[in-house]
Amino acid sequence: MIFSFDLLINGIVSGILIGGFYAAVTCGVSLSFGILDIVNIAQPAFIILGSYVCYILNADFGIDPIVTSIIMLPAFYALGAAIYQVYYVAFERHGQESLRGLAFFFGLLFITEVTLVLYFGVDYRYVQAAYIGPTWHFGFIDLPMRLLVPCLVSLLLIAVLQLILTRSFVGRAIMAVAQDQLALRLMAIDPVRIKRIAFAISIATASLAGAFLIIIQPVEPSVGREYIGRVFAICVLGGMGSLPGTVIAAMLIGIVESLTATFYGPSWAPAVSFGFLLLTLAVRPAGLLGR
Amino acid sequence: MTDLLQIDNLGKRFGGFVALENISLSVPAGERLGLIGPNGSGKSTLVNCICGTLRNEQGSVRFGGRTLDGLAAHQRTRLGLARSFQLPRPFVSLNLMDNIRIPLLYTVEARGAHHSTGDIDDHCHRLLGEVGLEQKARQLPRDLTQVEMRKLELARAMAAEPKLLIADEAMAGLTHSEIEDILALLVRLNEQGVTVILIEHIMSAVMSFSRRLVVLVSGRKIADGPPDAVMRDPEVERAYLGQ
Amino acid sequence: MRSLPFLLISLALGAAAFAGAMSLGNDYIFFAGYVVLQYVVLSTAWNILGGYCGYVNFGSAAFFALGAYSTVAVYQSVEAYEFPHVVPVPILILVGGVVSGIIGLGMGYLTLRLRGAFFAIATLALAVVLQTLVVNWDFVGGSRGAYIIRPETIGPIGAYVRYLALLMLLLAIGSLNVARLIERSRLGYGFATIRDDEQAAEAAGVPTLRLKLIATTISGALMGMAGAPFPYYIGYLQPSSTFGLDYAVNSIAMPLIGGTTSWVGPLIGTLLLGSLQQYVTVTISSAANLLVVGGLLVFFVVLAPNGIIGLFHKYLQRKPDDFVGRRRIDPEAPAGTAAPASDAASGSAP
Repeated sequence: MIFSFDLLINGIVSGILIGGFYAAVTCGVSLSFGILDIVNIAQPAFIILGSYVCYILNADFGIDPIVTSIIMLPAFYALGAAIYQVYYVAFERHGQESLRGLAFFFGLLFITEVTLVLYFGVDYRYVQAAYIGPTWHFGFIDLPMRLLVPCLVSLLLIAVLQLILTRSFVGRAIMAVAQDQLALRLMAIDPVRIKRIAFAISIATASLAGAFLIIIQPVEPSVGREYIGRVFAICVLGGMGSLPGTVIAAMLIGIVESLTATFYGPSWAPAVSFGFLLLTLAVRPAGLLGR
Repeated sequence: MTDLLQIDNLGKRFGGFVALENISLSVPAGERLGLIGPNGSGKSTLVNCICGTLRNEQGSVRFGGRTLDGLAAHQRTRLGLARSFQLPRPFVSLNLMDNIRIPLLYTVEARGAHHSTGDIDDHCHRLLGEVGLEQKARQLPRDLTQVEMRKLELARAMAAEPKLLIADEAMAGLTHSEIEDILALLVRLNEQGVTVILIEHIMSAVMSFSRRLVVLVSGRKIADGPPDAVMRDPEVERAYLGQ
Repeated sequence: MRSLPFLLISLALGAAAFAGAMSLGNDYIFFAGYVVLQYVVLSTAWNILGGYCGYVNFGSAAFFALGAYSTVAVYQSVEAYEFPHVVPVPILILVGGVVSGIIGLGMGYLTLRLRGAFFAIATLALAVVLQTLVVNWDFVGGSRGAYIIRPETIGPIGAYVRYLALLMLLLAIGSLNVARLIERSRLGYGFATIRDDEQAAEAAGVPTLRLKLIATTISGALMGMAGAPFPYYIGYLQPSSTFGLDYAVNSIAMPLIGGTTSWVGPLIGTLLLGSLQQYVTVTISSAANLLVVGGLLVFFVVLAPNGIIGLFHKYLQRKPDDFVGRRRIDPEAPAGTAAPASDAASGSAP
């Protein structure tokens, strides 16, 4: 292990930048698992789907991936609403607990991944954009643009989400539905509709996260798998549904992974973040900023 | 004789909310204790703390002279403490016979008795018969009415052959004659030596059954004594009827 | 039927099947059969924790892989320390079982205090941690993988793969018998109460933590045993595929499709899904194979939650007591009958 201050700082910086991206990947699950109690283990697959959409429009028409993902928001929203409807009718209405819902999403994960493989093959795909190549240098600190831009946009995304959840009527209804559905009904609001909206929003975030992903690294269908655990690790660590908590947890995990990769080698990095998760679950399941 | 159940300065908080404060209570063996109080006063929380479903932060619970602190719920049940749940919680994938079988297998057998399957089956039938559910022995809980589920809940608690039985609102929704039946059942149990704590809102049942009454309001015990005296207590009147 | 006759009959059927396969003279059936039988063990093992107790384990691959890697570790030790004899595979199976059983126990200790979904996530996390540890352990080959050299033939049986298939057949029969034994015992009742309502189970005197630990240990041990012969079967072991998610999805899909409430479910699910997968792999592609699993999983979970057993019951319109599998979960039960979510007794608002 060669310890140098440069490496340390750069490790932390890139950890923070990646952490910002991780937050975008996780915020959908913070909504669906943290607030709605739906274990959407297929979220990484939808993110990869978003990546591929960006790839197609970028390769064929040269459209910027982030722009693509924003254009695709309504489509992903609709997909989310449709999935929730099936989920609700099949499971929630009957009060069926985790197992079947989990299995459902697990199945969706595989269907999505394999469909992508059958359609696109297993080659790595990537996008071209003006900001993917260059790196800003501040003294010895390197800020790769392909990490910086997604990080900034993702923090923006989270800020917008947080505003929606705390300031808008629908957002507050979403927070309320997690706590007391009966009260919501008494206010003539249909909790099912609110939950559907919330879940649809969570899938819509996958569109943006997908764009970020393919900007940061080349993508092939099974890349999603390494994110399954990471996403839930961050969600739990961040306190299940708290968006600020998600950001902090994401950055924490990003930094830890980055430093581990830098000083011990990348093959140890997964163990560290998952070890973190296990520790959190064992000691404080409510996470860092738990509710 | 030392009291069967001894609760000293029990306290329980949920975050900032104080659910129970300074509860002290002694229940001698053979007692018929009624526990009453307005909704939200902490009765079920108290039961949960006694039985180990919740951990109390303050105070202690002693049963038969030994402290229960740190013991898991199933260990307390094996020591002789049984309870029925306020909202019935049957084992939905097991039929009624098997629901009753569980405490027989895991509590009674664990104490050292060993019976053949046939004996256990008979025992289950008998217990179901005592609450009038024998006809439905092979049916699933989902086929029961709410009232029948309460009876199953009580039968399952009885199956654990407890020294102390806590019946948490077992009579809600029952007809007058059904209430009489359950009361008779509890009296019979008591005569066989089981101490009974009855938590109820149905005052006629509580008054006729209890030899002692405890009143809980907002997490505090405000009265403890013979039923008539307690009901005449001005503080109790205030709690129930307002000022 | 009582347990001993069942054991004897299942052994007899197994012997007949094996003899039949031998007479075919084509080794393909042993190659394919090994995989299917391996999944019988994996899905039966998974079902003990997942179907009987209701705790979903996403880390099946880890236990399987641990069994495989303990074999590799022993193999490398024999090479490195020049033991005079090669360790026979049955011993390796036991070793794999012990290793995975202990890890199962440990996992249980760490994770069983967590409710439903958290437990599932924790198992996934554990699987990744274990995978990372193995990948970084050069003694067993690390990320480069490990080679196992196996004999060409063995004794009167002939090709070595036949021997492996025979062992796996015995393991499969063994695991089915274990599952059936559990189902009919006091343990099985206890598991069902854990699945239905853990707090009520505790109140009834069921030592839930102890039972859950038993379940994870048995489940883990069986999965480890299924993994132990794998290096000999495949010849070259690679961490990424050995720890792959495919094992997790199959060991979940097969019981869910077959039906989780009895030992019959995983068997039916495995035979159907396993054979289907073999067919699809050979005729279309191995990627399409996963599509089949995912699609069937979603289909069954949404439309036939009690699996094939459940469909069978509905078709016969009989009460489950009259038939195999004393217990079933009914998806049409109104949400009010078992009300753990809104239960005042669990200490939400008092």
